[in-house]
Amino acid sequence: MTGAGITPSRKFIEEVETRSAQPVSLCYQCKKCAGGCPMSFAMKPYNCDLLKLIKLGEKEAVLRSNTIWLCVGCKTCGARCPNGIDISKINDTLREMALACGIKAGEPRTAAFHASFLATVKTFGRSYEAGTIGLFKLKTASYAQDLGLGLKFLAKNKLKLLPDSIKRAGEIKRIFRKAKEAGQ
Amino acid sequence: MKATYYPGCSLHSTAAEYHDSISFVCKTLGVELVELDDWNCCGASCAHATNHYLATALPLRNLIIAEQAGNDVIAPCAACYNMLRAADRAVRAQDCQAAKINDDLEEIIGARYGATIETRHPLEVFGSREMLQRIGAATLRPLKGLRVVTYYGCLLTRPKDVVAFDNPEHPVKMDKLLTALGAEVKRWSYKTECCGGALALSRTDAVAALVAKLVTEAGRAGAQAIVSACPLCQVNLDTRQTQVVHPMPIFYFTELMGLAFGAVGADRWLRKHIIDPAPVLAALAKGE
Ligand code: SF4
Ligand code: SF4
Repeated sequence: MTGAGITPSRKFIEEVETRSAQPVSLCYQCKKCAGGCPMSFAMKPYNCDLLKLIKLGEKEAVLRSNTIWLCVGCKTCGARCPNGIDISKINDTLREMALACGIKAGEPRTAAFHASFLATVKTFGRSYEAGTIGLFKLKTASYAQDLGLGLKFLAKNKLKLLPDSIKRAGEIKRIFRKAKEAGQ
Repeated sequence: MKATYYPGCSLHSTAAEYHDSISFVCKTLGVELVELDDWNCCGASCAHATNHYLATALPLRNLIIAEQAGNDVIAPCAACYNMLRAADRAVRAQDCQAAKINDDLEEIIGARYGATIETRHPLEVFGSREMLQRIGAATLRPLKGLRVVTYYGCLLTRPKDVVAFDNPEHPVKMDKLLTALGAEVKRWSYKTECCGGALALSRTDAVAALVAKLVTEAGRAGAQAIVSACPLCQVNLDTRQTQVVHPMPIFYFTELMGLAFGAVGADRWLRKHIIDPAPVLAALAKGE
């Protein structure tokens, strides 16, 4: 055991590297990724520090962090990393792992938004904004948020009140079923 | 030129003016758009964020239907464009999970994707030398005196192995296009900085801070407006300028093309904006 009481474990990093196909081990902490990350001001820990925790095998801390849910997938980190590490892909993997383990999301509202959006796609084959917003508000009890904006959109005929369903919506339901079978 | 048009969900709702202006511009430039039959949502950032299988399977279904129609795909939404290209690239690279998903889709819809077509963003299509010449010729009312910055956002040019039509850190296609229309394109260093659109509902506070930074910097660069090539960026920037001292209008690049081409119905597109672009354009009209 090390002085800090941490036993570095290879198991977690191996799992993350295999599932994300990203060479986490190559990270030498230059922090170019954090320097360009638009969300770093709200992340705890920073994206580069998340990689350090993965190397240390700190699975709990990583999967509970808000970092993975605040990453917007802009791929600035990947474009700038001298070692070719795309942290957005790592975060995609970590979110899936967190959901699979039933860990409460570090940013519950973000997780609720993704789930609401995908629920409308599963039902209609297309996303349905009014439905997404409705589900999201139910999940997060944020009824008043953006009410004025929603009304403006309606007035400008930019928000459909009724969903737009595709003809072969059954195919989409089967795709979602396959995704579930695939363990996701 | 004939192309399969993949509008994605937003061009039929929150980005109706993008849809209308693109239709007009394509007609003017001789690009025939045929909407993809029975297209489905590509899953956008939500599938990508939480479900790897869906992030490939949903765009792949669209590509299979498009391949049957035989033409290349034009996808004006940067997120859709990115998702479709990523699925296409995964199949081309013979990624084993993508191959398995392709098998599943063959079982579900009776066909698989053979990667014989390309997906393009309209900026890529309009950015060719031949098209720029045609655009110059179609410009009846040059946008003289309009000062803008171009905003590409994140998904249009990254990652570079998937979406490679322009430089990932310093794209120039939109700059050239707007210059051809007669606008003055200002330099700034936020062309590809993400606006946070994916968190617009869940972390509105953080997104408002990102938007404020972009709009403030655009103003500092001397621009009167920001020009966007993505419906998610446009809506996000147009609606989240709550912390901005001097809000500015956000145009779709196709709206400015339409204005320069003398489109009759252009004011119908512009009326759909939350931040009114009329004051900025009034100066343009006077200059004529
Ligand atoms: S840019 Fe790459 S090498 Fe540098 S800290 Fe970030 S992930 Fe590590
Ligand atoms: S992809 Fe995520 S981690 Fe990387 S720079 Fe963008 S927000 Fe930050």
